[in-house]
Amino acid sequence: MSILTLVQAVNHTLRDEMRRNDNIIVLGEDVGVDGGVFRATEGLVQEFGPNRVVDTPLAESGIIGISIGMALYGLRPVPEIQFMDFIYPAFDQIQSELAKFRYRSGGQFVCPLVIRTPYGGGIRGSHYQSQSTEAFFVHTPGLKVVIPSTPYDAKGLLTSALRDLDPVLFLEPKKIYRTVRGEVPDEEYTVPIGKAKVVREGNDVVVFAYGAMLHVATEAAELAASAGISVEVVDLRTLLPFDIETIMASVQKTGRVIILHEACKTCGFGAEIAAQIAERSILRLKAPIIRVAGYDTPFPLVLEDKYMPNAKRVLRAIEKVYNF
Amino acid sequence: MSHRNNLGRLTLTLELLQIIKPSGECVEQMEPEISHDELKRLYKLMMLVRNLDTRSLQLQRQGRIGFYIGCLGQEAAQIGSAYALKPEDWIFPAYREVGAMLQRGIPLEDLMNQYFANAEDVQKGRQLMNLYGSKSVNYVTGSAPIATQLPHAVGAAFAAKLRGDKIVTLVYFGEGATSANDFHAGMNFAGVYKTPTIFFCQNNHYAISLPVERQTATQTIAVKAKAYGFEGQRVDGNDILAVYRTTKEAVDRARSNGGPTLIEAVTYRMGPHSSSDDPKRYRSNQELDEWQMRDPLVRFRKYLERKHIWSSTDEEKAQEDTNRQIDAAIAHAEKIPRPSIETLFTDVYAELPWHLQEEFQELKDEEVGR
Repeated sequence: MSILTLVQAVNHTLRDEMRRNDNIIVLGEDVGVDGGVFRATEGLVQEFGPNRVVDTPLAESGIIGISIGMALYGLRPVPEIQFMDFIYPAFDQIQSELAKFRYRSGGQFVCPLVIRTPYGGGIRGSHYQSQSTEAFFVHTPGLKVVIPSTPYDAKGLLTSALRDLDPVLFLEPKKIYRTVRGEVPDEEYTVPIGKAKVVREGNDVVVFAYGAMLHVATEAAELAASAGISVEVVDLRTLLPFDIETIMASVQKTGRVIILHEACKTCGFGAEIAAQIAERSILRLKAPIIRVAGYDTPFPLVLEDKYMPNAKRVLRAIEKVYNF
Repeated sequence: MSHRNNLGRLTLTLELLQIIKPSGECVEQMEPEISHDELKRLYKLMMLVRNLDTRSLQLQRQGRIGFYIGCLGQEAAQIGSAYALKPEDWIFPAYREVGAMLQRGIPLEDLMNQYFANAEDVQKGRQLMNLYGSKSVNYVTGSAPIATQLPHAVGAAFAAKLRGDKIVTLVYFGEGATSANDFHAGMNFAGVYKTPTIFFCQNNHYAISLPVERQTATQTIAVKAKAYGFEGQRVDGNDILAVYRTTKEAVDRARSNGGPTLIEAVTYRMGPHSSSDDPKRYRSNQELDEWQMRDPLVRFRKYLERKHIWSSTDEEKAQEDTNRQIDAAIAHAEKIPRPSIETLFTDVYAELPWHLQEEFQELKDEEVGR
């Protein structure tokens, strides 16, 4: 057992799985001798050499495009996109190629690979180092989208992703890369893709969250507890395919729902969860579903603290549904 | 001085390798060693592709298949280049490489099943006609976005190089694709990693309606390779022997760690871009007539006749054989029903996740309710 930060958990998992599987190739901008701008790949090139930890030219569509070719040939590439904000040149490769190969070839050609990329705000990075645009990718049949919120889950989910048969977008909440520490077993384990986790039990209200926002949800739940409201917190962990059973169990239990994400609200992932709940169980609800989300503006700089949902905003939403 | 040197190199790439002259005469010292039987097989394959193309467009016009995207006039470029590969090499097509598919060994019957999008189509009726692939012959299934396949070919070649496999990858694209960002990404990564990749550009002069002069300001496509640190070569794309020779040299070089090559095969799309296109809107009959004088089949036939290995009797028989083959493939494919509704949901993922199971059930319920 070690106490690790989230980024250390990612780093150790890559190292451990690369030791187990020679087919894993890490590639991306500055992933080699620099160890990645967030140091997620630190030490890997020293252990595995430049043929398995490959510094690439500065072209995201090329990084994902060659990764697809490598995966088609039978390797298991793990491309890093330095910031999720820079993934768009590769959007065509992800949407039109990566996510479609299995289907369009009738199952003949597959490209299981893991795209790792840091996402999200709270680091004073302004528009181009802060966005949380997971919804574009959840809207893509053929992809899996995974977001850990703890070092333990980062290791377990990344291990699963590196062994999955389908392409996985692995989104790393950069705000909590180093601020969240936790116990991580040294031995091998997996956390299954597609399974949410009830991280706090409660009876009155449920808050669904993921990534860095999970910790905001937990903080809000504690504030609510001192006000006498019992809040359940669910870490969704996988957005595609999301865990409908766990979601609906918490809805049945509480009847009051908050969905929390830092991505902007309109057509954000919360809209999908809200719709699923409404389709399945609208009469069970005791109050309207509330989404606490980033505003529908481009990501700001100096007012980032106002843009990002915080525990107080979540608490107000909890009180609103509780008192409805 | 360096400026002049650069101009000198540019001029070199303007030259077009030609082995069979339009008369059928051959530059003997350049003639590749190919057996007479193989030469005849290649010609018959060109004829099969030509006849298949004509018939398929008719099938589309008759409403029997949904769409067609053909390769009329590009048979030599496609078959000559694919012929230069070994079976273990990989092909990454664009979307009109019928010649490469058949040369590669994809059975005509399989292709026809794909045209009719029937239950025997290995792609389960999911792709437009000729966006086809076959894992068993390392022919990767194509897509409609332009130039996305270039980085794939580089990645596969890179993977092979890392594993120590002596294979090469060949990627097809048109001159229009050289404007797209993935052309740059693919060429650049290949140059940096010296991957065993052949970039085979069929310069067929038009990207739908846009002529090559409006696509690029460079005098040739081949010259673009210089910017990526490797060689570009220009070949008469309507001369199957020149295409074969140029590609074979590039393939041999790549296989012996010589890195990538860009080949510009200068050819002409004699048919429409697709069954939805009317080329009369953007090009003259006179221009088409001029290119018909350079028809790759006519030229290769003259070459075979001059060698006294092909006669008008052979020609008649080959026409009959190929048409009979096509008729049989159509007759079979047209009888097969379309794929089951289950295939709407399979192969999205390795396993069917809950939401697709649920949606499949909804569709089944709806079918029962009818």
